[in-house]
Amino acid sequence: MEGKFDIHILFDHWDRFSAGFLHTIGSSALALVGSFILGTIIAVMRIAPLKPLNWIGTAYVEFIRNIPLLLVVFVFFLGLPTLGVPLDGFTSGTLGLMVYTASFIAEAIRAGIQSVPSGQSEAARATGLSYMQTMVHIILPQAIKIVLPSISNQFINLVKNSSILAVVSGFDLMYYADLINADTFLPLTVYTIVALFYLILTLPLSMAVHYMERRFRAADR
Amino acid sequence: MDFAGAYSWPNLSFILQGFGVTLLVATLSIAFSFVLGTLLGAIRYARIPILYRVLAVIIDLIRNLPLLLIIYFIYIVLPLVGVKLPLLWAAVSALTIFEGAMISEIVRGGLNSVDRGQIEAARSSGLGYMQTMRCIILPLALRRMVPPIVSQFISLLKDTSLCVIILLPEMMHNIQILQGHSPNYVIPSLLLAAVLYFAVNYTLSIIARRLEAKTA
Repeated sequence: MEGKFDIHILFDHWDRFSAGFLHTIGSSALALVGSFILGTIIAVMRIAPLKPLNWIGTAYVEFIRNIPLLLVVFVFFLGLPTLGVPLDGFTSGTLGLMVYTASFIAEAIRAGIQSVPSGQSEAARATGLSYMQTMVHIILPQAIKIVLPSISNQFINLVKNSSILAVVSGFDLMYYADLINADTFLPLTVYTIVALFYLILTLPLSMAVHYMERRFRAADR
Repeated sequence: MDFAGAYSWPNLSFILQGFGVTLLVATLSIAFSFVLGTLLGAIRYARIPILYRVLAVIIDLIRNLPLLLIIYFIYIVLPLVGVKLPLLWAAVSALTIFEGAMISEIVRGGLNSVDRGQIEAARSSGLGYMQTMRCIILPLALRRMVPPIVSQFISLLKDTSLCVIILLPEMMHNIQILQGHSPNYVIPSLLLAAVLYFAVNYTLSIIARRLEAKTA
């Protein structure tokens, strides 16, 4: 019985599947914007001409990259309430995703910034632009183009990693899948449908990354 | 916050026991996913007819799904078709399948990165296919593959924490249980967990960097 596939589940429980899908998209999108901003700040800190800033940036990246996402999420979900800051599952999951992904995006952006020839920043500084102006107007716009494929890859990872919300009851696809499974006892159907929902998000992104990588490689030639 | 309570011997040994399970699952999965990934990567590189196209589709699907979902499939869906794995092996299988797919892409990329000219030169100097593989392609490809493969192992160790959803008694699971005893244990025990994960992963990343510097 439980091993059978019954597509009616999708229509019978459409409201819960779609609610989960929207939470998954919402959490990934919020975390992407947040981690992009945070990641850019950390990347600039890592290469700024000021040692203490370098140390903070490096410490952030090295520490966060080497601990599990779940641990970061637990700091928000289990840790902060004990300090008097109660957060719900969706918020703590999204904040955790943001803090975690920022460390990877920071590394991607740093690599991009350092791939911009130093003549560019020397020329900008020589024309009288300040360090920040050079960064914002000259270096970052060129770096972004180079890091676009790896940032898109991080977004794919974000969508997949957002399933961590299920562990902290964050109303995402996996969370609702558990509920629907508990009601229907048809795990094969439920989790296959959930897989399709994830693929709707990740496969087009993967193809876009492949396309970008091919184009940039062709442009290098 | 209760550092003394969280680090009292019963609690400390409970966390460390969990870390033992984390390391055990990670080590087994690293070994199996390396073998699986190399095999799949080689099949796709060698373009064994039909098989390599089928594998390409399966690997792309797996790579685009959350690991959490794959853990559920192994632990909840497989038993319905008669494959019931013990908890530990369900965790190891899910991690092996997911990380194996990732590693196969690294292996394929590494093999493909070897310049065609190298292979043609080897073949025209009289080496057989296997000789070319063993003496020319593999040594060159391995240099490029080792750093990303070590990074993948770091991801794997971190990903073992996702097995909390099937109640595998690894470190994060045990911390959740301690949290049930006293919320004041949470921050000290998460701190300890972070230090333990960091210690192992940072060591691995230093090894990866050494290898990268040596082969560059």
